[in-house]
Amino acid sequence: MAAVKDTVEQVAGLEKYEHGFVTEIEQEFAPKGLDRDTVAFISRKKEEPDWMLAWRLEAFERWSAMESPDWARVSFPPIDYQDATYYAAPKAKDGPASLDEVDPELLKTYEKLGIPLREQEVLAGVTGAPRYAVDAVFDSVSVVTTFKKELAEAGVIFCSMSEAVREHPELVRKYLGSVVPVTDNFFACLNSAVFSDGSFVYVPPGVRCPMELSTYFRINAAGSGQFERTLIIADKGAYVSYLEGCTAPMRDENQLHAAVVELVALEDAEIKYSTVQNWYPGDPETGKGGIYNFVTKRADCRGDRSRVSWTQVETGSAITWKYPSCVLRGRESVGEFYSIAITNGRQQADTGTKMIHLGAGSRSTIISKGISAGKSQNSYRGLVQIMPNADHARNFTQCDSLLIGKACAAHTVPYIEARNGACTFEHEATTTRLSEDQLFYARQRGLSEEEAVQLLVNGFVRDVLQELPMEFAVEAQKLVAISLEGSVG
Amino acid sequence: MLSLRNLHARVGDREILKGLSLEVPAGEVHAIMGPNGAGKSTLSYVLTGRPGYEVTDGEAKLDGVDLLGLEADERAAQGLFLSFQYPLEIPGVPALTFVRTALNAQRKVRGEPEVSAPDFLKRARACAADLKMDFDMLKRPLNVGFSGGEKKRMEIFQMALLAPRFMILDETDSGLDIDALRIVSEGVNALRAPDRAMLVITHYQRLLDHIRPDRVHVLADGRIVASGGPELALELEREGYDKYARAA
Repeated sequence: MAAVKDTVEQVAGLEKYEHGFVTEIEQEFAPKGLDRDTVAFISRKKEEPDWMLAWRLEAFERWSAMESPDWARVSFPPIDYQDATYYAAPKAKDGPASLDEVDPELLKTYEKLGIPLREQEVLAGVTGAPRYAVDAVFDSVSVVTTFKKELAEAGVIFCSMSEAVREHPELVRKYLGSVVPVTDNFFACLNSAVFSDGSFVYVPPGVRCPMELSTYFRINAAGSGQFERTLIIADKGAYVSYLEGCTAPMRDENQLHAAVVELVALEDAEIKYSTVQNWYPGDPETGKGGIYNFVTKRADCRGDRSRVSWTQVETGSAITWKYPSCVLRGRESVGEFYSIAITNGRQQADTGTKMIHLGAGSRSTIISKGISAGKSQNSYRGLVQIMPNADHARNFTQCDSLLIGKACAAHTVPYIEARNGACTFEHEATTTRLSEDQLFYARQRGLSEEEAVQLLVNGFVRDVLQELPMEFAVEAQKLVAISLEGSVG
Repeated sequence: MLSLRNLHARVGDREILKGLSLEVPAGEVHAIMGPNGAGKSTLSYVLTGRPGYEVTDGEAKLDGVDLLGLEADERAAQGLFLSFQYPLEIPGVPALTFVRTALNAQRKVRGEPEVSAPDFLKRARACAADLKMDFDMLKRPLNVGFSGGEKKRMEIFQMALLAPRFMILDETDSGLDIDALRIVSEGVNALRAPDRAMLVITHYQRLLDHIRPDRVHVLADGRIVASGGPELALELEREGYDKYARAA
C-alpha cells in the first residue's frame, strides 16, 4: 500500500515540474574530471585561438588555489569537482548552417519548451509566438541563434560566445573579464577556466536593438555542469533588452550551474536584463537532486548616464546563490534590481544584489520580493556601497518577504556603507505571513485555496512583474503559480 | 431557502452558538439583532465556513444542500455571500481583477462559461454608477487605503457583480454616513428578488429604515430568543436588549 501511495505521489510530483524530461540524443563528452587537459580539450573543441586558451589556463591555475565560499546561508555537501563532466555537446558534423541541419530531437526539445526557433514560422505568425531573437544553448553549446541576419542589418551582433571568440576577438578581448575579473570568486574563476558557451551581444553606438534578445539555457546531459558565459555590451547611446530562461531535466544527482554574466553600458546606454530561472528544484519532499545555481552576474555602468536594470524571477534550483550587481561608475548612472525569489519544498536561496556607487549623482533602486513556502530557506542579501566620490548618490531599497506555512524561513541581510556624507538611503523592509484572514476573504468570494494563494502572491509580486517584458510577465505569473502548488494546506 | 437547525458551534474551547434554529424563506429579508458577544458574527462565519469555527452539532442547509460539508469557496459557488464587517485589504490586486477572478472561479464550479473582459467591464461600470463609486477606485488594489465607508461600498459592489442567492450583511451600516447608508441600502434593495434571501446583521434600527426586513430575530447567548415583524426592531431600539440578555 505504502509503495502505491509513494508512486502516486511521485507521479504527482513529476507533473509539477513540467520541464523535467530528458532528450535522447547522441552526445559528445569531455572525459570526466578537471585538469589542464580538460581545459585544453574544451578550448580545442571550440577551435579557440591561443590567447583564449592561455586565459582559461591561467584561470584554472588560480581556481586550483581557491576555496569554495561558505558565507552564504545555504548548506550542501562538498562538491567533488573531479566527478563531473565539463563539456557535453549534441553530436554534429560541423556546426549546423541552418535549422534544417539541426538534429530534429533538439528542435523537438525546444518546441516542447515553447521556445520559437523557426524564424519563418515566427515571422509568418504560424506559431503565434512573440517575435524575439533566441540563442538556444543546449548543455555546452549554442545550437542555433535566430534572426541573426535582421539583427546584423541594424549592426547588432548576437551570437554564441564561441562564435564571438572566433569572429569578434577584438571585442571579446577588450571586454571579457573586465566586469567580473577572473579571480572575482571561486565559481566565477571556475567558469573562466571551463566556460562552454553562452551569448554575446554587441549593440553599436546609437542603435536601439530592434527586438528582444533572449537566450534559452537547457541542461540535458547527466553528470555534467553548465558553465555559460554571457557578455553584453551596449555602446554609447545604445539600448538592448535581453531575457534569459533556464530549465533542466529532473535528475537525482545535483548538477552545478556556474555561469558568469557581464554587462557593459557605455555613455547614455541602457541594458535591461531579465531572467526567468526555472531549473529543476529537486524533490520537494526529500530534497534529492536539483540544480546548484551558483552564478555571478554583474553590470558595469561605465559611461555617464548609463542605465542597467536587472529583473529576475527565481523559482527553480535546489540552491540559488546569486547577486546580480551594478557598478555605477558613470556620473548619474542608474542601477535597478527587481527580484522575485520563490522557494518551496527544500529549496535554499541566498540572493540579492550589490549596488556600488562610484559616480556622482548615481542612483539605484532595489525591490526584492521573497516568498518562502514548504520547508525552504529564502535569504535576501544586499550591499549598497556609496564611495567617496559619489556625491549626492541615492539608493532606495524595498525588501519584502512573504511566508507561507510554518516550516519555512526568510532572512534579510542588508548591508549599507556610506563613505560620502552627501548621499541618501531609503530602506523599507517587511515580513508578513500569508494571512488566514485574507485567504478566507478570497475563498468566501469563490476562489479555491490554491487560486486564492496565487492571487494574493501575484498581488505581492506585482511591482516586480510589471518590470518584465510583457510576454514574459504572463509566463512568469504562471510560473509563480506552479511553483507554489501544494504549498498550503 | 436557508434552514438552520439546532446549530452548535465553538471557537477554540468556547461554545458560542448554543442550539440556533432559523428559517429564512426565499424572497425574504431577515434581520438579526442582539447585544455584543451574542454570536452574530460567529453565525456569519459558521455559515460561510471560516476555518477555526467548529460546528459541533446541528445542521445548516441552503435549498436542501448541506453547507457544513462544503469548503468556503464551494459555499460561495452555491450562491452564499458575506458582506464582511471588516473587509480585508488585498495589496497588489486591483479590485476589478479580484472580483472578475472570483466570478469566473464560481462560474467554473457551476459549469458556466467565463465572463469575457468586455462584458465584465460593462457590468462593473453599471454597478459602480449605481453605487456612485469612482471607477478609477476599482483599478486600485482592493480596499488598500480605502476609508471604512468605501470598503463597505466595495462589499456591496462585489455582491452586485457576483449576484449571490443568499446574502449575509454583517454590520454593513457601521462606518457609513447618512448619504452612503442610503446609497448602499439602495444597492442592497436592488438585489431583493423572489428567488433570493438575505440575513441582515445589525445593532441598530437605522439600517432597517432603509432595508425593510420581513422578520426580525433577537440573538442572545448563542440562540434566537425572540422573533417578530419589523416592529420588534423598533421595540429593541426603545428598550434595549436587557430583557433578552437576562432571559438568555
